[in-house]
Amino acid sequence: MSDFGILSFGAYVPITRLQRSAIHATNGWFAGGLRGLAKGEKAVANWDEDSVTMAVEAARDALDGIDRATVQRVVIASTTLPFADRQNAGIVKEALNLPDAVGALDIAGSQRAATSALLAALGGGDTTLVTAAEITTPKPASEREMTSGDAAAAVLVGAGTPIATLAASHSVTVDFVDHFREAGEAHDYDWEARWVRDEGFARIMTPAIAALLKKAGVDAAAIDHFLVPVAVKGVPEMLAKKAGIGEGAVADTLAANLGHAGAAHALVMLAAALEKAKAGERILLASFGQGCDLLLFEVTGAIGSVKPRLGVSGWLARRIESTNYAKYLFHRGLLPLDRGMRAEHDSKTALTALWRNRKAVLGLVGGRCTKTGTVQFPKSEVSVNANDHAVGTQEDYPLAEVPAKVMTWTADALTYSPDPPSYYGNIDFVGGGRMMTEFTDFAAGALDVGADLRMMFRIKAYDENRGFRRYFWKAAPAF
Amino acid sequence: MAKGIRDKVAILGMGCARFGERWDKDEDQLMLEAYEEAMADAGIEASQIDAAWLGAAFDAQNIGPSGIPLAVALRLPDIGVTKVENYCASGTESFRGAVYAVASGACDIALAMGAEKLKDTGYGGLPVRTRGTTHDMVGITGSAPGNFAQLASAYRGVHGVGADDLKRAMAHVSVKSHANGAKNPKAHLQKAVTMEQVLNAPMIAEPLGLFDCCGVSDGAACAIVTTPEIARALGKTDIVTVKALQLATSNGWEMQAQGWNGSYFHTTRVAATRAYDEAGITDPRAQLSLIEVHDCFSVTELVTMEDLHISKEGEGWRDVLDGFYDADGSIPCQIDGGLKCFGHPIGASGLRMIYENYLQILGRAGERQRQDSPVFALSHNLGGMPNQNVSSIAIIGRADA
Repeated sequence: MSDFGILSFGAYVPITRLQRSAIHATNGWFAGGLRGLAKGEKAVANWDEDSVTMAVEAARDALDGIDRATVQRVVIASTTLPFADRQNAGIVKEALNLPDAVGALDIAGSQRAATSALLAALGGGDTTLVTAAEITTPKPASEREMTSGDAAAAVLVGAGTPIATLAASHSVTVDFVDHFREAGEAHDYDWEARWVRDEGFARIMTPAIAALLKKAGVDAAAIDHFLVPVAVKGVPEMLAKKAGIGEGAVADTLAANLGHAGAAHALVMLAAALEKAKAGERILLASFGQGCDLLLFEVTGAIGSVKPRLGVSGWLARRIESTNYAKYLFHRGLLPLDRGMRAEHDSKTALTALWRNRKAVLGLVGGRCTKTGTVQFPKSEVSVNANDHAVGTQEDYPLAEVPAKVMTWTADALTYSPDPPSYYGNIDFVGGGRMMTEFTDFAAGALDVGADLRMMFRIKAYDENRGFRRYFWKAAPAF
Repeated sequence: MAKGIRDKVAILGMGCARFGERWDKDEDQLMLEAYEEAMADAGIEASQIDAAWLGAAFDAQNIGPSGIPLAVALRLPDIGVTKVENYCASGTESFRGAVYAVASGACDIALAMGAEKLKDTGYGGLPVRTRGTTHDMVGITGSAPGNFAQLASAYRGVHGVGADDLKRAMAHVSVKSHANGAKNPKAHLQKAVTMEQVLNAPMIAEPLGLFDCCGVSDGAACAIVTTPEIARALGKTDIVTVKALQLATSNGWEMQAQGWNGSYFHTTRVAATRAYDEAGITDPRAQLSLIEVHDCFSVTELVTMEDLHISKEGEGWRDVLDGFYDADGSIPCQIDGGLKCFGHPIGASGLRMIYENYLQILGRAGERQRQDSPVFALSHNLGGMPNQNVSSIAIIGRADA
């Protein structure tokens, strides 16, 4: 058995689950054909999330209990990367407080970006953190709006004690355009679903699956987990039947309670499968997009030795139900509500200051006085300790993974927030350190003094004048 | 401690513009309104002023940078004019500049002006403000009520006060100040309100409702100061002197260390202790005649009663409900209506408070005059937010006290 493979995995699903019935209640008059899809719920990212922040959460989930210094390369795969020219993986790296001496790569352009990234990592020699995230913005009243969802996943690949190894892979590349999105545009343009199913999924994937199994010398019936991350109902079953894969092996596509998370979905399903997989089982991941990537994994005896902090099931269990379709539209920029003059506040970021303070801002690294032990945020030359203002004694003290508690809070209806009222207050980190920060992901009425918190990497502000987004850490309910 | 400035400086004259939504006036006209009253009170000519200080906070929205706007508005005779900004303590800071100039002997007569034109922002509440490029990356962009509302959640937690009890005490603060403001022709809001109105008002920042928040207004106030000797030489017989001027500024301890519990103002406690030392006050609860405190929000006033060492810690809310700070109570607080009814044109507030104390000590406060001959009167400002702020205290009193 090779000692190179998947070392750990994790996922992230945003807390809000928009009810599809609420979408249909608004749009049904216009698009009556969506009635059949108006069941279940989709995960929707908060206004302060994007593919980068979601990838960070998935990575934290995967890296729980793992020495981050082992990571040699960071990859983010997505077709919805926030920056066209600023390395998105670089932001992920800073948020994870990884050493500067790591490689980084953004992979985009196709629904199979994540599997292509994973294949590249598995084919290399570095310990690589492969993240994938997607935050979709389909046109209102489209079928895609009903079927899509937002999520992220992460897989750590490298040498060591893998929980799964790649037994074989097979890729096909053809310019089959089932849907497309021009660079810089928000919405996809979709072709007829029946054509995509019959000429795309069936005609391209079926022979490819056969070729993979032949290459691996594995009988179709020996596949225990068949992962087909596509949004069209019935397709995984159809492909399984054509390939001879047992019906019981077909994995849940999470359509009912998450939705299809675009390029990230392959890794989301892989993470979900690894949660359940047992030693010796085989996982076939079949990812579609201008061809397909097929990856056949063998689960090792080490499975179970490494677990994500929450995994797909844990994140799915953390949920707040929403029927507020208007809020979702507003957060996606699809409903131009009057935001008032307070929203005109200029959020220009000094890139010089961001560079100087990148560890504090992106990594939430504070300081700890080596003389007195006082922890503070941000780190400073002169200690905040009231009894000993020691100078130049502070060492880096990462706070992102440190639990915290609410010290003071308010729900502010006056200040501008895309999700009013704005919740913020002072928080105390367990073991020292204090900051004033925004709260996020709290259900109404859930916030109170003493409440347990977990820090999350989020968008702090959008600079709409310059197309920049400012990231920082916010406090979310502990889980 | 340094020997301080007690009785070294006298107030020669004061003036105050009518506060409110002054759609009719620019900032220079408001400053002139306050100045003309102060000059008439002082009985001097502009040529006798040696230096001036201008307190204003929001450059972008109104007055603009430097001392020039004051010099131009009053056509001052090319004297030194300095603009000061220290958040909501800016008005008291301008007073401090003028008083210190006289106390040092550098000036015989100095002028302090505070002004702010908030109603040209286009909306209610204070303008959104940057706190610098680095801070903005890690700090919150909340509103003033949101920042101060956090006192309430912490106060309840620390002192075990029920949400309803605290809300009622906060409401009493506002009802009391509105009742006082109704007697003041210069106040922005001159209507009394009921407990029910306050308790049922729309929420601005949990748990502060509309009536827990001070108004947003335009205004200006002015003081002319000199030495007691010059004041007498100019014919003044009833002299009001400065007993103490203290300022305390957070060094980040509250915000970054874990010793502060969020329910009080560390800086006010420090400044109050120093101010009482400087003024020779040993028992503020017994010796202070009346106080004007920074009631930007009802909860701020309530905790300030404790920070000034007048109410016991954790019991300020009881004193408030008992009427200790009502106009007819032991120590009236905001007998003029306070920020609650004057609104809070940032730079003007500190001087507006000293103005009321000055009038009360001289027995010139009209319908709202305290009848028991006030001796020591304290004014207090807070700028910033509870976890990082500036706190200023000015105590004035009869020269012979």
